[in-house]
Amino acid sequence: MSDIVIRVEAISKYYRIGERDPYKMLRDVLVRSLSSQLRTIGSRLMGRGPAINGDQNKNDFWALKDVSFEVREGEALGIIGRNGAGKSTLLKILSRITLPTSGRAQMYGRLASLLEVGTGFHPELTGRDNMFLNGAILGMKRAEIERKFDEIVAFAEVERFIDTPVKHYSSGMYLRLAFAVAAHLEPEILLVDEVLAVGDIAFQKKCLGKMDDVAKQGRTILFVSHNLQAIAQLTHRCVLLSDGRLLFDGPTAQALEKYRESAVPGAHNATYYQTRTNVPHNHLAWVAVQTSIRPGLHRWGDPIRFEFGLRVAEPMDGLALSFHVVNQFGERVCHFWMTNSDMIRTSEPRTFVLRCDVPKFRLYMGSYTITTWVFRGDSDLESLKNICPFDVTMDGIYREQLWKTGDCAYLEDADWDVGCDDLPD
Amino acid sequence: MSEPLVTQSAERRTARPPLVTIEPLRGWAPLGLHELWKCRELIYFFVWRDVKIRYKQTILGAAWAVLQPLLTMVVFSVIFGHLAGLPSDGTPYPIFTYTALLPWQLFAYALSQTAISLVSHQQLLKKVYFPRLVIPVSAVLCWVVDFSIGFLVLLVMMVYYGIVPTLAIFTVPLFVVFAMVAALAVGLWLATLNVQFRDVRYAIPFLIQFWLFITPVAYSSSLILDRMPERWRFLYGLNPMTGVVEGFRWALLGKSGDVGSLIFISALVVVGLLLSGVIYFRRMEGTFSDVV
Repeated sequence: MSDIVIRVEAISKYYRIGERDPYKMLRDVLVRSLSSQLRTIGSRLMGRGPAINGDQNKNDFWALKDVSFEVREGEALGIIGRNGAGKSTLLKILSRITLPTSGRAQMYGRLASLLEVGTGFHPELTGRDNMFLNGAILGMKRAEIERKFDEIVAFAEVERFIDTPVKHYSSGMYLRLAFAVAAHLEPEILLVDEVLAVGDIAFQKKCLGKMDDVAKQGRTILFVSHNLQAIAQLTHRCVLLSDGRLLFDGPTAQALEKYRESAVPGAHNATYYQTRTNVPHNHLAWVAVQTSIRPGLHRWGDPIRFEFGLRVAEPMDGLALSFHVVNQFGERVCHFWMTNSDMIRTSEPRTFVLRCDVPKFRLYMGSYTITTWVFRGDSDLESLKNICPFDVTMDGIYREQLWKTGDCAYLEDADWDVGCDDLPD
Repeated sequence: MSEPLVTQSAERRTARPPLVTIEPLRGWAPLGLHELWKCRELIYFFVWRDVKIRYKQTILGAAWAVLQPLLTMVVFSVIFGHLAGLPSDGTPYPIFTYTALLPWQLFAYALSQTAISLVSHQQLLKKVYFPRLVIPVSAVLCWVVDFSIGFLVLLVMMVYYGIVPTLAIFTVPLFVVFAMVAALAVGLWLATLNVQFRDVRYAIPFLIQFWLFITPVAYSSSLILDRMPERWRFLYGLNPMTGVVEGFRWALLGKSGDVGSLIFISALVVVGLLLSGVIYFRRMEGTFSDVV
């Protein structure tokens, strides 16, 4: 039995809406309410937590509530859950970026997270300079970076450009270098968050390989992803979060099953995404993917409907929406957008329902999510990434051989005609 | 295949990595200076980055480090020294004001950069953990380079004006540290407040301008002190930069009015501001990533 390296005990995190707002001006705090202004400023100045009993705003919420689990040395643990389930908050707490409101987590050893690939990169500095800077930010010693320098450069495949400012890098090179630095950190605990959604397939395979190596070296991995296939490959155990609570902790296969079930919210059938708070600007209030078999499960070739509730809080002309269907490798496989004639024009705040029907949805079996863009002209107003996960299955579609995953990305309907073009012998 | 794993993990157990406990902050946080010291390499890299990129894509490059105090000196000399005829304690006015401008600009630039440092590093704050004090500390330190370049010019000017320094010149580093600690002390407060209230960003240019007027940079402190009753003169030392500027003049130009007590009071103020600043910063640290 190996040792416990992470022990999470009844961790809770409470967010006030104010804390999630970008920032406040003193004026806003002052005008909010004369009676409470001094108290508000006072408590903000002192960084006091929320008044847990008493005046709770309906927009305040528990991002995590009483979550406990343990991770043993050398274990690869998956963390799954829908958007807003608390995964990111949990990661932030474990990587010490934010403090829990209550509860306690204990860890042995250095924790490095791949959720920050490339943070601290400065565009004006060369690849070499950025390697040292980024390494230092991630907690590497200078000597350690020097020792691994060649290895990192080779892994990132940027040898020729190592003395070029990274502002001239392609986005692929940038990400490879960033990932390479982070991947050579050799922490006791590695935290991976959706990192596989970057780079090309070849590089993603390399990353998966690197993570396998890490796991084999007996180090601990926490893996957060919407890519259920990768979760299934890399982990044997998963914790499933839902609305900030721990719903399930056990074997990956069961957790994934439960996750698919939990993708059925009671009240709104097939509405998978809903904004949590009253966002003041124009945004998507909810998004629904109406799949053919049951919520979250779609049969290849059936009609599918994507529905969006667009809240126009600040009336403007020319609002439009586009979205991608994204596969498990983070590749955008389908793109849908509104044409000019459908653009939204309104002079008063309203909510619009935008519906996109695809008569025959022919993406091959696999896991998909969608990424949305609310935009106006050339500027993006809001983008939601990896929401509304759903699976496409070939159940009920007949062919002689079994369907195999990864055979293709897209399966077109086709008619075959077989005939002879010569006379019989 | 699993055999080596077991031995490795047994090896690991003997040298168990340190335990990290994450829990809500209760009461006041410790200063965490030990942790800061462990991060000195990171501080070095931040300073190195800031110095390296400061004058990137400028035509004049590092010449800016010289031009800024030098041009200010010219303007001050013409307006305050020549036209207004402010006294300069018997020293040529240009060098009299340049000696004060050097530490003043070190302080002013360091302070303004520190005050916005947390906000300008918000991406980092939201993504990576490291002792947060690293950010303001390195924002102050990176101005030493500009200061040093400007100081070389001062040495040239001293030769030109034939000013022979006394042994007191060896105390200059002390006053450089004094200026930087003053900038850090005030900067910590402003940086922490700026996370919550972006008003700070707009208040800084005003604050610095105001501060310049009450600091004896363009004029001699005797101009003020002579008009104050003897027993209230120490009040002028409450402005930490009075101590710094007078310290510089004493160390380099050898002018010694009765500035010892001023410097002492300034130092006390700085220590008080620094301690409270660090405590406040540490207290708020945990909320930075949620609020910024």
